[in-house]
Amino acid sequence: MDNHSSNEKPWQAVRTEAVESLLVELGVIDSARVDEIVRHYEEKVGPKGGARVVAKAWTDQEFKKRLLADGLAACAELGLGGPETEKLHVVENTASVHNAVVCTLCSCYPWPILGVPPAWYKSSAYRSRMVREPRKLLTEMGLPLDPSVEIRVWDSVSEIRYLVLPERPEGTESFTEEQLADLVTRDAMIGVAKVTV
Amino acid sequence: MNGIHDMGGLHGFGLVVQEKNEPVFHSHWESRIFCITQVLDTKEIWNLDEHRHEIELMNAADYITAGYYGRWLFAMERLLARKDILRSEEVQRRVDELHGGVSPLSPPDSSSRGWPLRDESKVRWGAWRHEQTVQPRFSVGDSVRVRNIHPEGHTRVTAYARGKVGVVDRVNAEAWVFPDTRAHYRGENTQAVYGVRIAATELWGPQAETNTWVFIDLSEDHLEPV
Repeated sequence: MDNHSSNEKPWQAVRTEAVESLLVELGVIDSARVDEIVRHYEEKVGPKGGARVVAKAWTDQEFKKRLLADGLAACAELGLGGPETEKLHVVENTASVHNAVVCTLCSCYPWPILGVPPAWYKSSAYRSRMVREPRKLLTEMGLPLDPSVEIRVWDSVSEIRYLVLPERPEGTESFTEEQLADLVTRDAMIGVAKVTV
Repeated sequence: MNGIHDMGGLHGFGLVVQEKNEPVFHSHWESRIFCITQVLDTKEIWNLDEHRHEIELMNAADYITAGYYGRWLFAMERLLARKDILRSEEVQRRVDELHGGVSPLSPPDSSSRGWPLRDESKVRWGAWRHEQTVQPRFSVGDSVRVRNIHPEGHTRVTAYARGKVGVVDRVNAEAWVFPDTRAHYRGENTQAVYGVRIAATELWGPQAETNTWVFIDLSEDHLEPV
């Protein structure tokens, strides 16, 4: 598998240090600004943001309507937004339709809503297989789907990003929005898992 | 260009391996490359399409082994060198000095370079031109064929979809920059982007899985009426 820690080469770390130090000396970038963005991705954005969106959509029908009509505007109501997502379509899973997202050309992903994508999303195996054999791949990833369930794979190769709205699991009728958000995983919002209690 | 980056449908890459409790970044240098790139994205040095195309120009074997952030490192170095902002020999000298524990490090050359940018070199970021409007050629429900084209340069039309027929599922009627031309500074050519629904059987023939559809976002110039 590519992009895995076992493939990291020390020379890349040294080259990165060389490029960064020269860019700072030339006045092109400011390292403090880079530090800030690293902290942003390590601490502030991530799947928890998307989980809040999903939980709100499960509990607030009006919000869900707005989310399906204009994903980015609805996410902005929760304070989510930022670079690399100019338009967001939210696709809803039901008992008869299952959605999953991929980018076969690079690894486009809704960073402001879900954070940095996991290594597997960027792997050659996922990018090559998800459009050709999603049923087999989802089964391997722990999500066997009944043949009667229609699979929709979204190859997000333009500047429009996708978020899967998973099905709300049964037995959560009494859950608060916060409790529901705790159940929602990144993988469910990419569409390679279901939300379970 | 028909390159290794266009992976949809390829065989031979094996299983998708999911890491438990994966960290946001696996190492310090990956976090630096990702975030330095985001800072550079705001500096009017390059546009996002030429950044993607630079990655596509990697040697295929390197593309596979470098990993996601290794590709970004490659694109950063090459674009900065192309624009004469940071020369490859300067980077190499600094790498050698860092490896050798040399101190103090040699400063960058004092000769003139492409930084600070001259006004005419400044590049506009973003993919959606809010100040423009476009008149979409296709509507929801229209049958369309993905054009069978094989340009040598950058394109966002995936190889596996070329020549295939689908149905317009969604019209994104905003003025989207056409990546295929912007990557090469041949104009922004803003146009609608369509979500096109294509049956798996159309894409993969007898090997298609049942009850499966692929939705691909394609620029108007990548589609023709059926």
